[in-house]
Amino acid sequence: MKKIKHSDPLFYITIFCSFTVVVFILLPLIEMIRQPSMHDLKESICDPDVFRSIMLSIFTSGMAALISIIIGTPFAYLLARNNFFGKKFIESIIDLPIMIPHPVVGIAILGLAGKNHWMGHFLHEIGVQIMGTVTGIVVVLTFVGMPFYINIVKAGFEAIPVRLENVSRSLGASSTETFLRITLPLAWRSILTGTIMCCARAISEFGAVVIVAYHPMIAPVMIYERFTAYGMKYSQPVAVWLIFISLVLFILLRIFSFKKSI
Amino acid sequence: MIKIENLCIKLPGFTIDNINLSIKDGEFFIFLGPTGSGKTLILEAIAGIRQITGGSIKVKGKDITKLAPEQRGIGIMYQDYSLFPHLSVMDNITFGLRYHKSKSNNSMKWVESLMGLLGLEHLATRMITNLSGGEKQRIALARALAVKPSLLLLDEPLSALDPNFREDIRNILKKLHEKSEITFLMVTHDFTEAAYLGQRAAVIKNGKIEQTGTVAEIFKQPATMFVAKFVGMKNIFPATFNNGKAILDGLDLNLNASCNKDKKFIAIRPEDIMIMKEKISENGLNVFQGKITAITDKGPFCEISAKAGGLIFKTLLTKSALFKMDINETKNIYLALMPSDIHPI
Repeated sequence: MKKIKHSDPLFYITIFCSFTVVVFILLPLIEMIRQPSMHDLKESICDPDVFRSIMLSIFTSGMAALISIIIGTPFAYLLARNNFFGKKFIESIIDLPIMIPHPVVGIAILGLAGKNHWMGHFLHEIGVQIMGTVTGIVVVLTFVGMPFYINIVKAGFEAIPVRLENVSRSLGASSTETFLRITLPLAWRSILTGTIMCCARAISEFGAVVIVAYHPMIAPVMIYERFTAYGMKYSQPVAVWLIFISLVLFILLRIFSFKKSI
Repeated sequence: MIKIENLCIKLPGFTIDNINLSIKDGEFFIFLGPTGSGKTLILEAIAGIRQITGGSIKVKGKDITKLAPEQRGIGIMYQDYSLFPHLSVMDNITFGLRYHKSKSNNSMKWVESLMGLLGLEHLATRMITNLSGGEKQRIALARALAVKPSLLLLDEPLSALDPNFREDIRNILKKLHEKSEITFLMVTHDFTEAAYLGQRAAVIKNGKIEQTGTVAEIFKQPATMFVAKFVGMKNIFPATFNNGKAILDGLDLNLNASCNKDKKFIAIRPEDIMIMKEKISENGLNVFQGKITAITDKGPFCEISAKAGGLIFKTLLTKSALFKMDINETKNIYLALMPSDIHPI
């Protein structure tokens, strides 16, 4: 990279802008973390409702990530390795959940799950309920989180030279064996990054979940409820706990992935 | 015997057209051609990696056209080595062994002897990153040969290497080919490599075979203008042919044999033209006067351009020969060449 001279105005502009961005992101978060007292924090995590909502948030976004890994990985591989008619179209479909307003996602899924729709009817017949259930939350979180997983893992697969797979095949490995012995170990890192991004997106979802399942309450819904019912003071400690626990989980995952790949 | 019949590959903007070839068992066969001529595509088609639109490929009488790459027993080695970066040297080399169980009694012995031959024993536990290009190339070779393929495809194995390593690997390739019973099919755009390693070769241009034959044949008797230029025939002149003579612009040259009327050019290798200060007796040679127009430094050689009739002939001299002859630009000299070195095309 070319070094910018200190006398150059560009140097000061870049420094100023970078500083502004970092402060813009960090300041509200730091203020929020600073405001609740230790006592408030302790009290709120001892509240079984709060604890349960945070655990539910982690569990449901974990499930969304797991589902994304299981059905998203082969799909990402297909997109990374093949060119076919309509590929661009399919790629835009994957990006749709990123663009649609969140409440719209919730309404769309509810519309499908209602008894008036054949699918909702079928789900009802086999005993699956979407509205106001953990299943419903997982469905919504998968919907919003999976695009992130697929896009990242697809890019990861694309970065692996196809020649490595060709050589593996020529040495006698079938396409499945090649995928398991060559492609997957090399894509490991991007799969993990994709999982983290998917989880992160899922854990932060509010708008779609609140429409499909107000109860059982996930942490963002709980924070919203406390905010509207009791105000800032009661919602902040829960928010701090959600941020803290997510952060710890993601850092652990990162450390784990770092060790594994060396 | 590997028999390729009417092989066609159609891609957007590029076509491999009607490739017909037969390669003998144990042969070292060369695909020659400039970059972008489709050599790698043909290799990948033979390996089963690239889908073909027509034709058939037979190995030892068995049609393998529809087999998956892993069922063909054909190894492929790419220019960039394509080693598995997450595996150690040993794991790379033995990657394919588990799929070739029937030979497993001897396979570890064979791998050990390969590693010895390639000087890889001390690297066995190393990871792939941080190895030199030459080392990576030898590992890739060992990996491909470990499973004893019936045919090994080599895609420009030498072009990514430093000149020092290149000679090393070239010698190793020759040795390995002599030691194993494996048929080698190598792609290159370097004629020196082809001449050193190859027994027979095919010259490919824009997805079509221009000429097939022994390397010496292609070198000496190019069938087309393209091949003539590709193998370094610097002297290509339009000619008409009459009574065993080639009639050029202001010059008649004796040929070895009378020649087809459909030929339109003659081609002469620069090193086949002798250059002299005094006229010598013809004695079956073509001897004619010329005037030096340019002397160009080409490293170990000098290229002498001499005008004779309306044509500029190019010939080579070593620097010491040039010094001894004491010739320079604008001097008159004599050029001599044997009728057998004139190739009508």
